[in-house]
Amino acid sequence: MFYREAGDFKTSYAKDSQTFPIKFDRWRYYLVLAVAFLVIPFIINDYWANAVFLPFLIYAIAAIGLNILTGYAGQVSLGTGGFMAVGAYATYKLTTAFPDINIAIHIFLAGGITAAVVTLFGLPSLRIKGFYLAVATLAAQFFLVWLFNKVSWFYNYSASGQINMPEREVFGVLVTGPNTQAWATYLFCLVFVVFAGVVARNMTRGSLGRRWMSIRDMDIAAEIIGVNPLTAKLSAFAISGFFVGISGALFFSVYLGAVEVGEAFGINKSFLVLFMIIIGGLGSIFGSFAGAAFMVLLPVLLKNVLVGGMGWDTALAAHLEFVIVGALIIIFLIAEPHGLAQLWRVAKEKLRLWPFPH
Amino acid sequence: MKKLATATVAAIMCGAPVMADLVFPSLSYRTGPYAAGGIPFADGYADYMTLLNERDGGIGGVMTRILECETGYNTEKGVECYEATKGEGSLVYQPLSTGITYQLIPRATADGIPLHTMGYGRTSAKNGAVFSNVFNYPANYWDGASIAVNHLLDENSGSLSGKKIALVYHNSAYGKEPIRTLEGLSEKHGFDLTTIAVDHPGQEQKSQWLQIRRERPDYVLMWGWGVMNQVAIQEAANIRFPMENFIGVWWSGSENDVLPAGQAANGYKSLNLHGTGKDYPIYADIQKYVIDAGKAAGAGDQIGTVLYSRGMYAAMLAAEAVEKAQSIHGVMDITPAQMRDGMEALSITNAILAENGMPGFGPEFDVSCENHGGPGLGFVQQWDASAKQWNLITDLIASDKDVIMPLVEADSAAFAAESGITPGCS
Repeated sequence: MFYREAGDFKTSYAKDSQTFPIKFDRWRYYLVLAVAFLVIPFIINDYWANAVFLPFLIYAIAAIGLNILTGYAGQVSLGTGGFMAVGAYATYKLTTAFPDINIAIHIFLAGGITAAVVTLFGLPSLRIKGFYLAVATLAAQFFLVWLFNKVSWFYNYSASGQINMPEREVFGVLVTGPNTQAWATYLFCLVFVVFAGVVARNMTRGSLGRRWMSIRDMDIAAEIIGVNPLTAKLSAFAISGFFVGISGALFFSVYLGAVEVGEAFGINKSFLVLFMIIIGGLGSIFGSFAGAAFMVLLPVLLKNVLVGGMGWDTALAAHLEFVIVGALIIIFLIAEPHGLAQLWRVAKEKLRLWPFPH
Repeated sequence: MKKLATATVAAIMCGAPVMADLVFPSLSYRTGPYAAGGIPFADGYADYMTLLNERDGGIGGVMTRILECETGYNTEKGVECYEATKGEGSLVYQPLSTGITYQLIPRATADGIPLHTMGYGRTSAKNGAVFSNVFNYPANYWDGASIAVNHLLDENSGSLSGKKIALVYHNSAYGKEPIRTLEGLSEKHGFDLTTIAVDHPGQEQKSQWLQIRRERPDYVLMWGWGVMNQVAIQEAANIRFPMENFIGVWWSGSENDVLPAGQAANGYKSLNLHGTGKDYPIYADIQKYVIDAGKAAGAGDQIGTVLYSRGMYAAMLAAEAVEKAQSIHGVMDITPAQMRDGMEALSITNAILAENGMPGFGPEFDVSCENHGGPGLGFVQQWDASAKQWNLITDLIASDKDVIMPLVEADSAAFAAESGITPGCS
């Protein structure tokens, strides 16, 4: 009834090719942005920021990054954790070396450094595919963690090998360190998320994204129609690395504040982000958000319901959490192998016909 | 989903009792690769608080309340737990994880809540002038390294020159801590130091122990935790490394670590912060008021183990600090800030230990602003595989302050500079 193209006349090419062609979608998008920017910052507290929103937003950026590489360009990567570590350590080195430069600039630079590193590790993708590439990126994961553990220069020779984020300001407001306000850290991450979402969405529906998707669908055919696999694959690695680096930088600087590479950026992190995009939906920006929300928020919700709400034993609740989350993953993947994004797509199709389906 | 979560959080807030109590958050880990160490500690901590409630009616007439939150030794969950519990008047955090400790040092300091990292965490927190809210009495890793070396010095009639010592360590912040001290000590005493890293979680150590077999060190020190310990002890037995030359830190010396290797673990040594075994009067009270009353935490099968004792010891020190804070400020229902004052003025004497049913359980010490780290004393214990028990084989051994204090000064000064803290005792 409300959700339809009919009556929404497009009078220019720009309007015709916009991200949300349906009016209802467009308004919903504006509404989400308005709530995120204008409502949540006023009601957020420390718990909601640190336990719910920051991890969700930061993992969403990582999932967008990995989705570009795996979902759009079809290059499986198991190195996300190590690549996030590159972003985190780059931020740390940059901000301790040049404390006067704005942290936001450092985070962008860290994204750039990560992009360079990821491109380097993406070179084998020109020769190998599929599972073999996954193993090559797995090597990157272990190599990077080993490197940040081994070379003391990366952690400024501290005794423990931990890196600690000093306090930094943006426009006179603290965004890192322990004395931050919940709204400041939230908004800071939100700006990066919106940036990542808009940029990734527009890249993936432009010629670059089409090149990636043609490589994903069949690389030989893509080459025949004139897609250069070298630039297509390496640009996917670089751009994916840029976003993953930003998420690693935010993960360290804004969210955790102190990080130890093996614990925070181990192989588990790579799998976590990969699960996010598989559950959310490969090749979908919305899927990246949905997957991040599913994997980050569900455990917190379950914990609050089981331990806080029903007063269960914490160990029992923790075990049950694994069972429930695991079962839900299986159920979702059986019900819809293409992830939450596909469920959303199907729902939208149904909504178009509602209330008169044929 | 969000709505449901909001409703849940609201329900928790409304449901929480408003009566006065002393809240002790317990960021425990009863799941994950380190659960074998996390469970007994959490049980001991909770049981001691239960004992105080049941026997004495709380501390100074105010009941204690344990607020348990499962971290799984994971820093992200640790942050979630901290944020979830800090608003409930939590008095002191004891996360039992070096990674979570590093997270909480700045956060807890900003929130004015003390942090007690007993024998772990950031070693240079000993300097209270920089780390105002962090305490790591009665001893820290660097003390541990020095105590182990001093024990070896005793065994070698005062000289280790020309000896080879290997350090097998958990490749994390925790395991790396002692390296600097051991390097200093190796310079001072003239022994060779080899460091051998084991990656998390440490289930695979074949190559490390091959290296040890090749290099034949005279002694092996170990900074391990969780499953890494039992694997290391088994591997040491496999290469027939003499167990009495193998010394673990206090986190590598519980029953869980030695039992899997069976008879082969006989003679393995480890450091300890406190006494061990059930020969202390307090266990009669725990039996009577906690176990027989059916109020034991967890499965109740950990009582008397080394890590259970450590949890109990940590709870006892916390309870003593509460009493101190109550007497300083003259109020019974204290705040975290008052708790901090109590911890800084804490004084443990043999009389207090005996009064708590733990005579000779730990060292006597006084905490001050300059020294948040206590005296740095520790025992050495040895495993008797046939009797299946740990026996203390030394008195309290002191650490070498000449080596440690300059390192503490340097590291805390670096932290102060990095974080913009002006060191000072008010």
